[in-house]
Amino acid sequence: MCLSIPGQIIKIEGNMAEVSVNGTLVKAGLHLLDNPSPGDYVLIHSGIAIQKIDEEEAKETLRILNSLGDSPSLFL
Amino acid sequence: MKYVDEFRNQKLSRLLSEQIHAIVKKEIRLMEVCGGHTLSIHRFGIPELLPPSVHLLSGPGCPVCVSDIRFIDHAIALARLDNVIITTFGDLIRVPGSTSSLEKEKSSGADVRVIYSSLDAIEIANQNPGKKVVFLGIGFETTAPSTAVAVMTAAQEHLTNYFVLSAHKVMPPVMEALIDEGILIDGYIAPGHVSTITGSAMYRFIPEKYKLAVVISGFEPLDLMQSIYMLVRQIEEGRPAVEIQYRRAVRPEGNPKAKTLMNEIFELRDDWWRGFGIIPASGLALRKKYRQYDASVMLPVSVEPPIEPKGCLCGLVLKGLKKPVECKLYKTACTPDHPVGACMVSGEGACATYYRYGKE
Repeated sequence: MCLSIPGQIIKIEGNMAEVSVNGTLVKAGLHLLDNPSPGDYVLIHSGIAIQKIDEEEAKETLRILNSLGDSPSLFL
Repeated sequence: MKYVDEFRNQKLSRLLSEQIHAIVKKEIRLMEVCGGHTLSIHRFGIPELLPPSVHLLSGPGCPVCVSDIRFIDHAIALARLDNVIITTFGDLIRVPGSTSSLEKEKSSGADVRVIYSSLDAIEIANQNPGKKVVFLGIGFETTAPSTAVAVMTAAQEHLTNYFVLSAHKVMPPVMEALIDEGILIDGYIAPGHVSTITGSAMYRFIPEKYKLAVVISGFEPLDLMQSIYMLVRQIEEGRPAVEIQYRRAVRPEGNPKAKTLMNEIFELRDDWWRGFGIIPASGLALRKKYRQYDASVMLPVSVEPPIEPKGCLCGLVLKGLKKPVECKLYKTACTPDHPVGACMVSGEGACATYYRYGKE
């Protein structure tokens, strides 16, 4: 129920956007976002984008995970 | 798919598994309170990657499951009114009420429509000016803002035929109720997308008052494994705190715009939860200012007295006190095709998840 899927904003018209979810275009409301722009990755839940995905944080999490085994203390 | 595939790397999952095995010393019980986590944990076989001393319990995280039978009966009574269209997310229509279900009402002629976006109900209201369109608002803080967007849109468009029957709920009170009831856990795997909206501060009482660990987790296997690692570390090191694993989607402050809108439309009320009874200040009702959109005010109906399904342990399953396999109805009288209780209806209910992934 709280499932939210990541997608990329392709086009914005007023409060609504066309979002590409793995290549499929869906409509999503942008009412809850500040300054959305095409190219942003967002999480969509029940037809509304609930947050932008933070690319830097995603990279950082993966960097920490990839360093596993080198130095477990990097975790925290 | 970006932001999904990278977090399903099996080699890293195994490395995390080794790390967890290396640091765990005591018996640890962790509870997730999000149906999405229940589903991911079993879908990706997370329990098999953990030491036998780390136990995962499912809590009250499935909105369809925790919606009380009184709410289902109320929705059924509304569906029986003339000129009413009920709009709802999928699973809810199959949940048994006391004597019927929305699916049965639909097959007897009621207009019940499954929608995918809260804004679909606005469109249906616009297309059917002669009908009253009722949206069944279920879900936690993740979903309530989407309903708030729809109510705000109805107000802006001066719609007079759109209504919400709200069973929206908030997470912290039930998480506290579980601890107060004495459910034995050492930490919470906190819900990722609820926290996308709310941020992390609302869980602070859990380490501060109860000395339990909290990690806000994403939904992919690496997210869950990393979260479990972080929880085990907190617990083994005796320093309970609220940490965010799911940092690409959860900021400490959450989504302020969504919180503001949710607060504009809704206010807290005492609410019924399946298995728990009434939990104070745990539900969201439309504020008086928006009462013209409140189905419980504007469309009075008489609701039949509640009759809980006999023998169904859904309430105890939701508290983590029973596993689905401990219910006599599981896989016998109760299956996904013929569900007796809500935990078997919803695809993310513990009973349906156990059934689908063959848990004994």
